[in-house]
Amino acid sequence: MPFDFYVNLVSTGVLNGLVYGLMALGLSVIFGVIRVVNFAHGEMAVVAMYAAFVLFRGFGIDPLVSMVPIAAGLFALGYLLQAGLINPFVGRAEHEQFILLVGVAIILVNGLLMLYGPDARHADVSYGYDSFEVGPLLLDKVRVYAALAAFAVAVLLFLFFRFTRTGTAIRACADNLVGAAVIGLDVKHLYALTFGIGAACVGAAGALMILLTDATPMLAPSYTLLAFTIVIIGGLGSQSGALAGGVLIGVSESLASFFIAPSMKAMFSFGLLILVLLFRPQGLFGRRT
Amino acid sequence: MIGRIFGGLPPRARLLGAALVAVLLLVPLVADRYVVSVLVLVFAAAYLGQAWNIMMGFAGQLSLGHALYVGVAAYAAAALYVHFGIGPWAGLFVGMALAAAFAAVIGFLGFRFGIEGVHFALLTIAFAEFTRIGFDHIAWTGGAGGFFIPVSQVQFDLLNLRGGPTMWYYVMLVLMLAALALCRYLTRSRVGYYWLAIREDPEAARALGIDIFRYKMIAVVLSAAMTALGGVFTAFYYNNLFPERVFSINSSIDLILAPIIGGLGTLMGPIVGAFILTPVGEALIGVLEHLGLAVPGAKQIFYGLVLLAIIWLRPDGVWPWLARRLGVADEDRR
Repeated sequence: MPFDFYVNLVSTGVLNGLVYGLMALGLSVIFGVIRVVNFAHGEMAVVAMYAAFVLFRGFGIDPLVSMVPIAAGLFALGYLLQAGLINPFVGRAEHEQFILLVGVAIILVNGLLMLYGPDARHADVSYGYDSFEVGPLLLDKVRVYAALAAFAVAVLLFLFFRFTRTGTAIRACADNLVGAAVIGLDVKHLYALTFGIGAACVGAAGALMILLTDATPMLAPSYTLLAFTIVIIGGLGSQSGALAGGVLIGVSESLASFFIAPSMKAMFSFGLLILVLLFRPQGLFGRRT
Repeated sequence: MIGRIFGGLPPRARLLGAALVAVLLLVPLVADRYVVSVLVLVFAAAYLGQAWNIMMGFAGQLSLGHALYVGVAAYAAAALYVHFGIGPWAGLFVGMALAAAFAAVIGFLGFRFGIEGVHFALLTIAFAEFTRIGFDHIAWTGGAGGFFIPVSQVQFDLLNLRGGPTMWYYVMLVLMLAALALCRYLTRSRVGYYWLAIREDPEAARALGIDIFRYKMIAVVLSAAMTALGGVFTAFYYNNLFPERVFSINSSIDLILAPIIGGLGTLMGPIVGAFILTPVGEALIGVLEHLGLAVPGAKQIFYGLVLLAIIWLRPDGVWPWLARRLGVADEDRR
């Protein structure tokens, strides 16, 4: 039954892709509002993975639970980063922002390397090898839980931006910065909140990621690139685009892993990225500005 | 050409420059092997930084994928040498041509399709990563397991680029100085002024009748070819190549640190940056080893802190400030 097999392959990709999408969502929110590209994004994801690993190993806390405090921790880290380090660089030359965040990225990833060494770390939850059977589908429990959690966080974020005063204020900053400042919004504080929210997304995504794959510090740059790829493909600044882009990349990875070779899966993502950059630079789901 | 290179330099700058070159020429006669080998790395970093600086510092196009040009040229020359016995000086041209062709494709796609800033940088990363994964699967060049140039005990074989630290010291020194002279020449000729105009305001440059596309292409191809040359030399210096290391985003970032720390778009920036970064990093490792604290990652954390400090305190880099201190500031800072 080859058809069932393909369906399984695709659904695994979709589930992975939702977690990727949540990670990319963080990047998209930060760029969409602050117009700063977070080159330390994958590094933050891996910091969250290690946090989830430590909480699981040390205290037996399931990553599905620990994602809440981890997201809160990364929110604080993101808020402080933006308030203390990045705010003065808003509106400066792109390469200066880039260097600032590359500095942060280098410190984070090598800090992990110093603390935990280069070995892969894994959280072997009790249901790690269980699966749900839905008709012909065989879905790993960890993937289903992680994907559902990621989707829930994404929905919460969407509701936050749509229906809360703070969310509306942040959208105002994104739409018209001068106007937002004129009506008395505290832009610096809102920027710091935004970076915190983006970091919280990547924190939650990182905690979920430890369910799907082993953590090593060396994952960090590739996750930064993965998040970029997804965000560009989905459309910079588009929230639904980030999720959809994540799913697309998840499926492409899972198909490429099977049909070509697991080590070549990223090649397809980069190929897709190049095509999108050339032919639809606003992204598949974005609007041209 | 000589006039373009040396004309317009303040007398003080000529004097200091000549003194510095004289000192550097004499160093291997007095210094030990370790100092010489650190300086080889300094010169290589300065040379590669100078090549990248043409694209970002002069023409304002941010490339974060220069590892691609280092890598394809290094692999091409090494494979020709190992598989067919073709010497590096011939392989050099193949490598440079390949890198220039890659750069022409990336530049053409990027500039024709109007991809700018961060998006252009991402495009360069994507091509480099794409190639990295490709090389992981090319058995002819060893795949992910690495590719090795046989090590020899010859101390001085310039023709095959086999030799000891002293030979490499002078080879890399010549490279660094040649790149400096070439860049000085470029910045004082028509193309250099066009780049400056494009970097500062592409629309105004276009209005003045400058063919922006053409001059951006010249910058990216020239920068790639120079980077490729550096890639071949460093490959023959290290004698080993791993896709994971050569093509990775980290190696692209390593390459751009020196010009940024020294001063983007300045001629002395890449050199000053390399002289600061490499020895201080090596010294730090030495101190940590001495204290028994040498852990992987310590040097990189230090680099990260240096980056943060520089971009906070001297976003223009160290050289403009140093040049004023030395009394040699001229039109160098552009």
